[in-house]
Amino acid sequence: MKRISAVFLLLLTAVPALGAQTSAAPREITVYAAASLTEAFGELGKLMEQDSLSTRVRYNFAGSQQLAVQLEQGAKADVFASADQRWMDYVRERHLTAGPSKIFAHNRLVVILPKSNPGHVRELQDLARGGVKLVVGAEAVPVGKYTREMFRRLERRPGFPPAYGDSVLANVVSQEENVKSVVAKVQLGEADAGVVYRSDVTPRVAPSVTALEIPDDANVLASYPIAVLAGSADSLAARAFLALLLGPEGRRVLAKHGLTPAETMP
Amino acid sequence: MGSTLTSGRASERLVLGLHVVASAVLVTLLGLPVVALVLRVPPGQLLERLRDDALLEALRLSLLTSVFATLAVTLLGLPIAYLLATRTFPGKRLIETMLELPMVLPPTVAGVGLLLAFGRQGLAGATLAAFGLSIPFTTLAVVVAQVFVAAPFFIAATRAGLTEVDQRYLDAAATLRSSPSRTLFRVMLPLAFPSLLAGAAMTWARALGEFGATITFAGNMPGVTQTMPLAVYLALQTDLDAAVAMSVLMLALSVGVLLGIRLVTPRLLPAGPLARSPGR
Repeated sequence: MKRISAVFLLLLTAVPALGAQTSAAPREITVYAAASLTEAFGELGKLMEQDSLSTRVRYNFAGSQQLAVQLEQGAKADVFASADQRWMDYVRERHLTAGPSKIFAHNRLVVILPKSNPGHVRELQDLARGGVKLVVGAEAVPVGKYTREMFRRLERRPGFPPAYGDSVLANVVSQEENVKSVVAKVQLGEADAGVVYRSDVTPRVAPSVTALEIPDDANVLASYPIAVLAGSADSLAARAFLALLLGPEGRRVLAKHGLTPAETMP
Repeated sequence: MGSTLTSGRASERLVLGLHVVASAVLVTLLGLPVVALVLRVPPGQLLERLRDDALLEALRLSLLTSVFATLAVTLLGLPIAYLLATRTFPGKRLIETMLELPMVLPPTVAGVGLLLAFGRQGLAGATLAAFGLSIPFTTLAVVVAQVFVAAPFFIAATRAGLTEVDQRYLDAAATLRSSPSRTLFRVMLPLAFPSLLAGAAMTWARALGEFGATITFAGNMPGVTQTMPLAVYLALQTDLDAAVAMSVLMLALSVGVLLGIRLVTPRLLPAGPLARSPGR
């Protein structure tokens, strides 16, 4: 149903465009998106340029909390894609969205270690060992919130000591304000371990890190909502972006970059 | 320089008018943000915010690290400024350029450089580890980052101050058989002191405001590496009013110190025949 309505929406936006045709100046939209969407949205942007509306997409990738506050302060954008519902609600409560938001993708957390493994981390329990340098996102950043929740869940599992969560968090040496900074610190070998999204272990990053998987039942399912913004100067193109994202092409691109496309409604 | 406004030439008036306009534009550009910050915070709220532990931690850290950094820069910068001012040696041009580099380097780039040099896997990483030193993520890293970005200011100001010392005083000292060190401490430094102080003030100010290199090299950890600029930046992402309140606090601190230095400097100048003309 969602797919059909997405295609229908796309057709609807194409009709006026067919009339307006070649004389139009290149359309441009600005998308504020969570840092973890960098690779996937980058590819989507290229696809947008090639479609019938040939829209250029400009991005602002940052921690979702930073984007939300920028939008509140009057930043001009057409679309907002957050890494958690919390910051989408923040933006919605301030009447900055045009219509309801949609969850379009999911992500999972993973622990990454530098290839050289300076902290000698072999399993998740090792993260609680004294002296291990752990880098995570700050509490306000979606990945930071998910990380803390994940460690609390791990604590309740058999095989993990009772104060596991506290011990791990006591090992945090830096709280980054977006997930990519966490990746960087691990890549550089400065951190013994970092907690990032699965999608952050890109082909470019993979050679310098080792991933330590987190059991599914303890892992957090990150949900990414997206919405067109009320202040959009080109809501047609904005909706076209959403349609592309929610359609088969978008889902393919998301999956390619390590994200899980959201279930389509029956 | 006492041209009066009643000068007959209209062109002179025009030039003066342009001066005034240009000044007004710059003063507005620089002053309005400051005014806007102050107006945003009700004074009562500011005092209440001072009770916030996180804010006090950030403030303590900022003051501690910036003062240490300034002291370090002064102690290490004075010798090199003296050498640059008084001697020539092979590679002097190269050293000069290297010392000016941090001023033009974007702070975040500086942070990456510091990591690649002094980080665990950095060029000096293994050496430091041998001494049991691991710098990133520590308060020391904050000081190092501040020293890196702020040192050029002190060195440039001090070198200029030492160079400006009138050669006649140095000659007089020489005829009185004063050794170079004695001349340095008894003649050059006192005369160059206002420049030194100005350089130290700029260094301190730059160290206090340091952000990019700090967050990259030292990381962000309340109580350890989260200085005021980092705290403001993070607060900005969740609580605008807290960020503004902290900003005003930093403003008040900076203004206080800068004003203090301005007021104290004239009194520190040597009096008598060596006295400088006021307004220098």
